[in-house]
Amino acid sequence: MKMSLAKRQSLVGWLFLLPATLLIALMSFYPMLQALILSLQRGTGQQLQFTGLLNYQRMLADPVFKTALKNTFLYLGIQVPIMLLLAIILAVLLNTPKLKFRALFRTAIFLPCATSLVSYSIVFRALFAADGFMNFILLRFGLISEAINWLADTNMARMVIILALLWRWTGYNMIFFLSGLQNISISVYEAARIDGANAWQSFWKITVPLLRPMILLTAIMSTNGTLQLFDESVNLTNGGPANTTLTLSHYIYKTSFVGVPNFTYSAAMSYVIFLLVALLAFIQLKVGDTRD
Amino acid sequence: MTKLKNAMRYLVLLIAAFFSLFPLYWMIVSATNTSTDVIRGKLTFGTNLFQNYQDLIAVQNLKMAMINSARNAILLTLLSVLVCSIAGYGFEVYHDKYKDMVMKILLLTMMVPFAAVMIPLFRQFGNLKLINTTIGFMLPSIATPFLIMLFRQSTRSFPRDIIEAARIDGLSELGIFLRMFVPTMKSTYAAAITVVFMAAWNSYLWPKIIMLDPDKFTMPMLVSNLIAGYVTNYGVLMLAVTICTLPTGILFLILQESFAEGITGSVKG
Repeated sequence: MKMSLAKRQSLVGWLFLLPATLLIALMSFYPMLQALILSLQRGTGQQLQFTGLLNYQRMLADPVFKTALKNTFLYLGIQVPIMLLLAIILAVLLNTPKLKFRALFRTAIFLPCATSLVSYSIVFRALFAADGFMNFILLRFGLISEAINWLADTNMARMVIILALLWRWTGYNMIFFLSGLQNISISVYEAARIDGANAWQSFWKITVPLLRPMILLTAIMSTNGTLQLFDESVNLTNGGPANTTLTLSHYIYKTSFVGVPNFTYSAAMSYVIFLLVALLAFIQLKVGDTRD
Repeated sequence: MTKLKNAMRYLVLLIAAFFSLFPLYWMIVSATNTSTDVIRGKLTFGTNLFQNYQDLIAVQNLKMAMINSARNAILLTLLSVLVCSIAGYGFEVYHDKYKDMVMKILLLTMMVPFAAVMIPLFRQFGNLKLINTTIGFMLPSIATPFLIMLFRQSTRSFPRDIIEAARIDGLSELGIFLRMFVPTMKSTYAAAITVVFMAAWNSYLWPKIIMLDPDKFTMPMLVSNLIAGYVTNYGVLMLAVTICTLPTGILFLILQESFAEGITGSVKG
């Protein structure tokens, strides 16, 4: 039997996308289903029994889970907006016509994202150690009178994590805005200047609205990344002091793989992250897509 | 006024560049100093690099971790780019409403956090005897919607005339992909390879779960293990961090444009 040419080509197309599709089905969709089932069960090893929403109820009374959730939203609410604004400003500055050393500046600001999350976490941990460089320099210039134990204080430790995240990701996001700015024609700004707009007004009235798709995209990516923070929590603060800087992913890891494993409770918590990612992406798409 | 504004511009960029580079400079300089010098705030290169290296390989199997990381990252990069590029090409060139629907469904997994799949995957891989294997390390991240999108987007700029001409010349569909598409799309491949290799080299959570045998540890795991003790030798620690950062750092400096294209390419229309 001979197939028509179009049919044959369509079949070849299916074969081309089969390996990737199968892998994603087996490595994402299937485990998501298993995690959902697991989250509704209780027990250890193979002895699992359905208990309905017990795992989800347990979260409501779990102070560590609540702290982890609070930390996640704290990082999300403080770090992400500052980072995106900084990234836009730096991109606009780099996009100045006839800027000298443009490539050098760009490379320098972009470079932090070549480091692994573990590496930079450890560099920041060392910089902010009680006997670390930050204390040395602040003491030397007389800005503080005695060494600060940054990572032993909850709020200081959170601030260090936020600083570290800003360092690692601002340049990464800047690249998206630079790519977005290339689509904005210079003449738009010239027209605005003739109409008497100053730099501040053009930034908020032209640049930001025209970058909206990129802002939306980076906001969704950053939200997704923040909800999954793990390497920093483990290597910078190890969740401390006393679990107060723990992130959700770190808590899930600890519940599953440190001490007595509790896979079912972990699965329930991981579903909360999934629902939050989906919900926040949905809200951001709704808010970001309002066309004037 | 314009002069002042211009100076401000350079000042802001200089400050941003300084803060971006300083931690990296401090990391490299500290790798050459004794722990005491690091604590004393020494900011110039020292002479303790060799001693730090000796101390590092005395406590950690550096060579093994480097080999493990390199093997895992290279194999994953090759497989991932192969599988995702042929899929991205397939989704674009042979697209019809069913394939478009499959693509949309695959895109949904961009929202799936790794924490939500790692527990079932770990249990499954245990049953399949994939713990401590490179295959086990690779399987969850060979196919990613992100990379498929990157190749699908870039296929749009691949001229259809070439495909038609090659078909008339009697080239098979796979032949067209391998001999026409792959050589033409070198820059997209460079972008994909850079992004995937860097992510694979740096990955931490999944290897930490699945590579339980100390002989299978990767570089980020080795670095992380160094902070477990009570006393930290900063010189040794910073040397380990520097070594872990070198491969991706050098790759970044050579292929910066490719990396930039790789992270933004999947979203450009």
